[in-house]
Amino acid sequence: MKKKYITGSIETKGGEIPTVSTSIDRMDKWGAFKARCSIGRMRYTIRPGLYAAGNPDQDSIVLVSANYKLSFDVLRSSLHGIDAWILVLDTKGINVWCAAGKGTFGTDEIVNRIEQTRLKEIIGHRKLIVPQLGAPGVAAHEVKKHSGFTVIYGPVRASDILSFLENGMVATAEMRKVNFSMRDRSVLVPVEFVMGFKHLVLASVVFFLLAGLHKGGYSTQVALTAGSRSTLILLLAFLTGTIMVPMLLPWLPGRSFSLKGLIAGLILIVVLGVSGFAESNIIESLAWILIVTAISSFTAMNFTGASTYTSLSGVKKEMRIAVPLQITASLTGVTLWIIGRFV
Amino acid sequence: MKYLRNVATLKLDAERCIGCGVCSTVCPHAVFDIIGKKARIVDKDSCMECGACARNCPACAITVKSGVGCAAGIIAGMLRGTEPACDEGCCG
Repeated sequence: MKKKYITGSIETKGGEIPTVSTSIDRMDKWGAFKARCSIGRMRYTIRPGLYAAGNPDQDSIVLVSANYKLSFDVLRSSLHGIDAWILVLDTKGINVWCAAGKGTFGTDEIVNRIEQTRLKEIIGHRKLIVPQLGAPGVAAHEVKKHSGFTVIYGPVRASDILSFLENGMVATAEMRKVNFSMRDRSVLVPVEFVMGFKHLVLASVVFFLLAGLHKGGYSTQVALTAGSRSTLILLLAFLTGTIMVPMLLPWLPGRSFSLKGLIAGLILIVVLGVSGFAESNIIESLAWILIVTAISSFTAMNFTGASTYTSLSGVKKEMRIAVPLQITASLTGVTLWIIGRFV
Repeated sequence: MKYLRNVATLKLDAERCIGCGVCSTVCPHAVFDIIGKKARIVDKDSCMECGACARNCPACAITVKSGVGCAAGIIAGMLRGTEPACDEGCCG
């Protein structure tokens, strides 16, 4: 298949190097959309190696990137009007920051990739611009020791590269900071949603099957009505944890994600109560309070992985308290709900 | 937005620090500042334990127990009996 983002090639002392477009077309946008929705995301890769943007020569800058196509697209589309080399590392199709955390975007891979691409023959200088978020995996002084290349940490966001270069390769404090804006959070929601959705479907099926239980035995009619209602509540609890919490993250009280999720779940309970959706019997109402808050708290806690500021120690700390409570609440809730079938 | 207080495992050995400033360059949360030719931790509660500073410190003056601040990764690690690790297909 012809890759449309590759526009041609340049002859160099180190062989033929493919040139890439610095604009994003409809196919790139469609690919990005699918990746954002977790469709074929692990296969959304490009071949590691050296690429050229514009018409670079031996004095042009070298920018390092990951072989996740979304990362690569963001980078190349930020290079409008610049002549640069792009050194793409093999990160197994993972973005720069996550790959740096795993070590695949790392010192050894940079050193090896420099050799494999014959970069030293192609360029005259010995500088690499590495995205700042690659730093957890890259030791700049080690790269220097093993390859002779000086690592210059570029800005966090590719969109700041032009300003960074104009500024004599100096990043402002703002360029060095990771944010977690409404937009940052919203693009992460679909993946969280898709990842959890199969569990939601599974739970809904179980509730559907059990919903038909009542004092007189089993009724398919009851299973359909009570099952639909249960599925709707489960879905709302899931949406609360996967969409409402990420969107309202700065404004929900507390610092731990599980607590934010719990509070959002309670808000949903109140809304359900006010809207007349509450259960008639007290046991079942109590069951739903426990189940809904357990789901919203757990799914919100899962958003820690997508966030840009949670630490391992912190997540472990909140999990030590939250996970036993979530398990207890959901088991008690389901038990009460089953008992409620017979009341 | 800030995460939990007093949890970060970040430590800086001022004796070893050579004041090169690479820690403050790579930190995505402005945890460090360079004061009087020495690095100083000025906002420890913002540390997300990514490990960029420790990895890049040429003087080995920084220690941090780095890892993924990710509940799903911690659960996956517990189930597999490994360190917390991102699942394939999670980080895109």
